Amino acid sequence: MRKLKADPKGVLTGAHYLDGDFAIAEGSLAAGCRFFAGYPITPSTETAERFAERIPFVGGIFIQMEDEIASITALIGASWGGQKSMTVTSGPGFSLMMENIGLAAMMETPLVIANVQRGGPSTGLPTLVGQADMLQVKFGSHGDYEIIALSPDSPQECFDLTIKAFNLAETYRVPVFIMTDECVGHMHEKVVIPPADQIEVVERKWYVGPRQKYLPYKPDKDLVPFMVKAGDGYRFHTTGLTHDERGYPAINAEAQDWCVHHLVDKITKNAPKIIDYREDQTDNAEIVVISYGITSRVSVKAVQEARKAGIKVGTLRLVTVWPFPEDRIKELAKKVKAFVVPEINLGQIRREVERCAFGRAPAIGVPHCGGWVHDPDDILKAIKEAAR
Amino acid sequence: MKEEERPEERNPMEDFLRMDRIPHIWCPGCGIGTVVTSFVEALKKSELDLNKLAVVSGIGCTGRVAGYVKFDSFHSTHGRAIPFATGLKLANPELKVVVFSGDGDIAGIGGNHLIHAARRNMDILVICVNNFNYAMTGGQVAPTTPLTANLSTAPYGNFEYPFNLAYLADACGASYVARWTSLHIRRVTKSIQEALVKRGFSFIEVITPCVTLYARRNRLGDGLNLLKYYYDKSEMRHGADTRTVPIDFQGKIIVGKFVDRDKPTYLECMNTHLQKTLGDKYVPYGVKP
Amino acid sequence: MNEIRFSGYGGQGIIRCGLITGKAVSLFDNKFGTMTQSFGPEARGSACSSQVVISEDRVLYPYITRPEILVSMSQDAYEKYEPDLRADGILIYDTDLVRLKPARGQIKSYGVPSTRFAEEMGNRIFANLVMLGFFTGISRVVSPEAMKKALPGLVPKRFLELNIRAFEKGYDYGVELLAKEKEKPQKELKPLKNQPLPDIKKNPPRKAKQ
Repeated sequence: MRKLKADPKGVLTGAHYLDGDFAIAEGSLAAGCRFFAGYPITPSTETAERFAERIPFVGGIFIQMEDEIASITALIGASWGGQKSMTVTSGPGFSLMMENIGLAAMMETPLVIANVQRGGPSTGLPTLVGQADMLQVKFGSHGDYEIIALSPDSPQECFDLTIKAFNLAETYRVPVFIMTDECVGHMHEKVVIPPADQIEVVERKWYVGPRQKYLPYKPDKDLVPFMVKAGDGYRFHTTGLTHDERGYPAINAEAQDWCVHHLVDKITKNAPKIIDYREDQTDNAEIVVISYGITSRVSVKAVQEARKAGIKVGTLRLVTVWPFPEDRIKELAKKVKAFVVPEINLGQIRREVERCAFGRAPAIGVPHCGGWVHDPDDILKAIKEAAR
Repeated sequence: MKEEERPEERNPMEDFLRMDRIPHIWCPGCGIGTVVTSFVEALKKSELDLNKLAVVSGIGCTGRVAGYVKFDSFHSTHGRAIPFATGLKLANPELKVVVFSGDGDIAGIGGNHLIHAARRNMDILVICVNNFNYAMTGGQVAPTTPLTANLSTAPYGNFEYPFNLAYLADACGASYVARWTSLHIRRVTKSIQEALVKRGFSFIEVITPCVTLYARRNRLGDGLNLLKYYYDKSEMRHGADTRTVPIDFQGKIIVGKFVDRDKPTYLECMNTHLQKTLGDKYVPYGVKP
Repeated sequence: MNEIRFSGYGGQGIIRCGLITGKAVSLFDNKFGTMTQSFGPEARGSACSSQVVISEDRVLYPYITRPEILVSMSQDAYEKYEPDLRADGILIYDTDLVRLKPARGQIKSYGVPSTRFAEEMGNRIFANLVMLGFFTGISRVVSPEAMKKALPGLVPKRFLELNIRAFEKGYDYGVELLAKEKEKPQKELKPLKNQPLPDIKKNPPRKAKQ
């Protein structure tokens, strides 16, 4: 993995007042993304608008495709063409992308997709907040595969995590998701963009070696295969079919076993390096509040009140939601009385916490169907109940 | 996995096909291989740098072409070869990108992408092998199936109006539109040769026999019978108004080069327009210095 | 912590007011300012609003709950949002566009003919800047210097000077009005306890009213 400094052309160094959607566009430009294909959908469109406005002065492509299926597929093509690529979408658009998210995972294509979550299902609440795509992002396409998903809690983190998303995508040759939400996406706050030489970007794991010996799916020591781009004379083949190391279709159980395990192991075995979470006062905590995105900010308000009431509460904020910090939850489950998991859905990550806690500590949800963020009082009530 | 043994003698196709993947999966009498041969012949005659050639396919019988050609080749998802090619071309404009796929893939599930790539005059070549049915899945009715033809999901005959693909591509703004049958080997080759150097969206439809399914279900005989039908019923009409070239069941097939027009490609339009609007501040993209 | 709502009708520059205020406090007053706005059908046509939460520490809850300052530039917006205003809050309004209801609780009202002032300056599009200046002079939650620094990028370059003048006009008017008020004998304030706060659960602010 080669780390470089960001290309100053794309970096708008300085302090800005941006919403989360804009910050994602700036993050992508800073990370070196020069290809954006998208389709308008509320509440994510501002990212596309910002990218379209900025890219002519940086040098690259913004193309509004005919639908989200075309957008994600163009991204895969562009990534194999050698460009860092991204798209942004929401609700229905995310659902449309699912098949080709599978193709990106199968072809081991680095790319970044931001989902500015709104209320669902179906058209749901186009203009209002939701967090109910957290399982879809991991399980939405058919078959077994692994992805990486990040959850920013502010416009500043939208910027920072977009760069991180590109770096992870390039490092692991995998689609990486920025699972933000309407609230963060449309919220304006201060965003500080550092000078380009302080932004670290990961270069793609390019293959260098004899052309005849290139195998697009031969795992390296870190399990991630080397990549080449179209037009460099490798004459490689890649397919959405189950394949061997050469990328040739191999339609049998043995090849399937190797292929799927490779896609999954590449992420799960590197998970300790990928997983990122922030803990506060969990050492002697009786209750640990686990949350992500906008809900993690609102939760802190409840946690502060609970601490005033004498309850020992810690917080664990998921920065990477997938892969899930399974081991850490297992450890905490041995010590704490209960977990409280507020989220703007009916318990998607709560179920994951419950699975990891393995019956040692209950995972109490604070469900919310979306349309608004939690009332901190509701989270406080759940904390108090859990502490009883 | 066992490597396929290489034949002792050097095959003339060896530089163009992945010999370690041959034999292919196509049925005896199928026309797809013929079109691939025409494609290879066209490449031999062209001066293209084959390292800068990429082939993208979708899913289906013709979708397998990407797996057999020895270029940078991508076997994408059903219907999505054109947007995949769009991304590839725009990310690396020095590539020559060819989409090789079937009628169901390009005009059925991927129809929306076809019309928009043609509208944008995206600089790619689409070779659409039209065998009038979904063959990989066992011979179902397609958007190109002629009226009354019998297929497994039109067991009493097709009553839906079919697409006239040449008209569709033309109406959407393609720069180059031609139609041939797999009998017209030299014409197909020449057409591909022309389209490979054509700037903008090129669309070549090649009517091919599907012996195993379409022909058998409709009692049309074997591959030879179908080629005989093409021989008897095809009529060359270069420059024909594409509105006048629909295909009826076992009726006349009008072939030829229908459209060959010059207009700026997507990237040319983008660079020209933004340069004009933004002046020196614009950073041109994909333009060789 | 301060919770502020700007309101009016579409096209008056209400969102801009929130953006300028949020940017001013965040980038130039060294505070935290989170700005949100109404989206969707309720934002089109009649009443629209933008909200800013200003705090010395990081803003945890991004939306306003019980705004203490309401700026209203239309009758519709005033009627829609006035019930959310805290009973000890400040109401800032355009004297020509808003007709006030009888005073509620200890709400203090300050009016400015912002649209008229802007028309006198040549164009009513500056009304929001007159209003912002007035709001800055009255509310004191953000410094006038920060507000002026926040303008570039949020108003068209060629109108920057005029916008600053509009801002200053409103600001001076606000400062004068406050000075005059100080000279006047203060009215006895009623105790707050008897003034019920709006029930936030039953009538949450900004929730789509479709």
